[in-house]
Amino acid sequence: MAVDFIYPEFEVIRNEDRCIACRACERQCANEVHFFSTEREKMMSDESKCVNCQRCVSLCPTRALKIVKSDCTLRENANWQNETIREVYKQAASGGVLLSSMGNPKPMPVYWDKILINASQVTNPPIDPLREPMETKVFLGKKPDKIRRDEKGNIICDLPPQVELSMPIMFSAMSYGSISYNAHCSLARAATELGIVYNTGEGGLHEDFYKYGKNTIVQVASGRFGVHEVYLEAGAAIEIKMGQGAKPGIGGHLPGTKIVDDVSRTRMIPEGSDAISPAPHHDIYSIEDLRQLVYSLKEATEYKKPIIVKVAAVHNIAAIASGIARSGADIIAIDGFRGGTGAAPTRIRDNVGIPIELALASVDRRLRDEGIRNNVSLVVGGSVRSASDVVKAIALGADACYIATAALLALGCHLCRTCQTGKCNWGIATQRPDLVKRLNPDMGSERLVNLMTAWRHEIMEIMGAMGINSIEALRGNRLMLRGVGLNEKELEILGIAHAGE
Amino acid sequence: MLSFSAESLEHSDINEKLRSTKEDCSVDGCCGQRFIAAGMSGKDITVSGIPGNALGAYLNGANITVLGNAQDAVGDTMNDGRIVVHGNIGDAAGYAMRGGRIYVRGNAGYRAGIHMKAYQDKYPVMIIGGKAGSFLGEYQAGGVIVVLNLDTPEDKIVGFFPCTGMHGGKMFLRSECENVIFPEQVTARPANEEDFQEIRNYLTEYCETFGLNLNDILSGPFTVVIPDSKNPYKRMYVPN
Repeated sequence: MAVDFIYPEFEVIRNEDRCIACRACERQCANEVHFFSTEREKMMSDESKCVNCQRCVSLCPTRALKIVKSDCTLRENANWQNETIREVYKQAASGGVLLSSMGNPKPMPVYWDKILINASQVTNPPIDPLREPMETKVFLGKKPDKIRRDEKGNIICDLPPQVELSMPIMFSAMSYGSISYNAHCSLARAATELGIVYNTGEGGLHEDFYKYGKNTIVQVASGRFGVHEVYLEAGAAIEIKMGQGAKPGIGGHLPGTKIVDDVSRTRMIPEGSDAISPAPHHDIYSIEDLRQLVYSLKEATEYKKPIIVKVAAVHNIAAIASGIARSGADIIAIDGFRGGTGAAPTRIRDNVGIPIELALASVDRRLRDEGIRNNVSLVVGGSVRSASDVVKAIALGADACYIATAALLALGCHLCRTCQTGKCNWGIATQRPDLVKRLNPDMGSERLVNLMTAWRHEIMEIMGAMGINSIEALRGNRLMLRGVGLNEKELEILGIAHAGE
Repeated sequence: MLSFSAESLEHSDINEKLRSTKEDCSVDGCCGQRFIAAGMSGKDITVSGIPGNALGAYLNGANITVLGNAQDAVGDTMNDGRIVVHGNIGDAAGYAMRGGRIYVRGNAGYRAGIHMKAYQDKYPVMIIGGKAGSFLGEYQAGGVIVVLNLDTPEDKIVGFFPCTGMHGGKMFLRSECENVIFPEQVTARPANEEDFQEIRNYLTEYCETFGLNLNDILSGPFTVVIPDSKNPYKRMYVPN
């Protein structure tokens, strides 16, 4: 119907002088935008299929292509914006729930960008990380309250299990199924080389990746896909996924069309069957029930693995975290509302949850006030984009950060936000063999190692500038932070002073 | 055979003792200790008294016999093995179990068999001799759940909202189910001979375990419930 027609969001601009009709763009585009017209003897395009992933632009040998945002728009209206109107059209035509990918793209406040970091001048010298030792290693897990000694006076060293990281960053959960074999392979190899960890997500652990177990966190989510005794034993820690920042309070559906071959084997479900993760864990209705799942996992793994409980940052997060800390969990992971996803209902992604910066600050304070901060480590994610975000998170009280979108960008993701189609031209969010092979794990893992090495160096430089030589000394050190353009309430929640104070 | 009393033992002590031997084990005087035999394989374990929640969670091949009742979350995410309970079981039994069998002589609480799966040669089976509570087989994705209602046939065989979100597997209810309301996305019909073939071996084993007569059980009317689609939410979304 004419009313359903939506003018394509992007235009494909082809420089006819440069185009040599080599058809590389046609071969590269899984969305089938480009085609060769024998009638006109030239390359043509159907831009209605274009998602602006930039694959053709990047691989055009003569640089003949560019993708631009279309200027054909509806009449301007600050209240009824183009996007809002288009969404109404889509729903009126289909009756469907709007489904989006990747993190919340709305112009919501990014508190990282309103926080500034201190540096030493005159009275306390900065440290040069190039010639002085600088410690970025962290251990995640329950820390003992006091030193205990036996009758001979020797220290009793029966520490609860810990996850050792060479730097305070972990690759956060992305399941095999939502991302490709080669993407998982790149993450696993990079984590191993870097001495950090990656996370299986709720899709199970592929048989080829058990060898990276020491650098793997295995996840247990409400669908319990691929969870069995050997899997639980395989990782460095076990993560119970209660929620995800991009879609707090709802579960996940990996459509049957993506449950092919290997993915079915790894999830341990039949091919073609929907993989439905219910919104709740049906055995967890209380903190006491959570404690039961935590301890059942500890019992099954003989208390050798730290247990992480991952929740989305929501309004009452401080009280929730306090409950988790008392459930026996060793590590709490909190995912902010800007966190990414392979697919989430648009309305949930864009409107549910709270920013990670505020959640982190209030959780850290609450756990300190209650005297239980050392019972758990805190890991935060939900749009940590750079080394400076990491430093700010640690100064606000985090032990480590989870990153995923940044890691995907390193692998070649161009943030076109159409993961749900399964036609990722960069070989990341797809299971199509011809697309998966575009991501070379040798190159992928190398780029991840490069990114993390660069961030680690930046973290050391920023810490050195502050006159701090270890992550331990930075953690919760809010005196190192100042806010700009924040109101009294925001400063109070973040527990930081305004710049100039 | 290792026999010991669970009195004054914590759950971690019990499991340590169970793990310490390759022999079969017998635990007496159990009183609410949780997580018994979590993740275990390769032995028979007999429990008298009442084991606590999450008995046989992640069970990986061990056989557990409980002479009395069991509490919540029996066989959570079980992969293989067998759990026999001579009394009743609490809520959320067999959550996400992928393989193995749970045989209960008495009743089951709420949310039994939620998100049961099946995979290759793994085919989970849950047989409940009595009645089942509400939300039976919610999100069932594979395997088979059988409810027999042997003891109080005048009572409703299952509570409210059975099979919600079911997208795989099969459910057998020994009743005509005229008073049971099923969701739209499943089909409930009388069982035929082919259906019985699928569960005959399990029912035979069940009857041998509890000293019941197979023919008596098969004489009752059975309703079979199967999902209409293994992709129940396919048309719910529109890409944005």
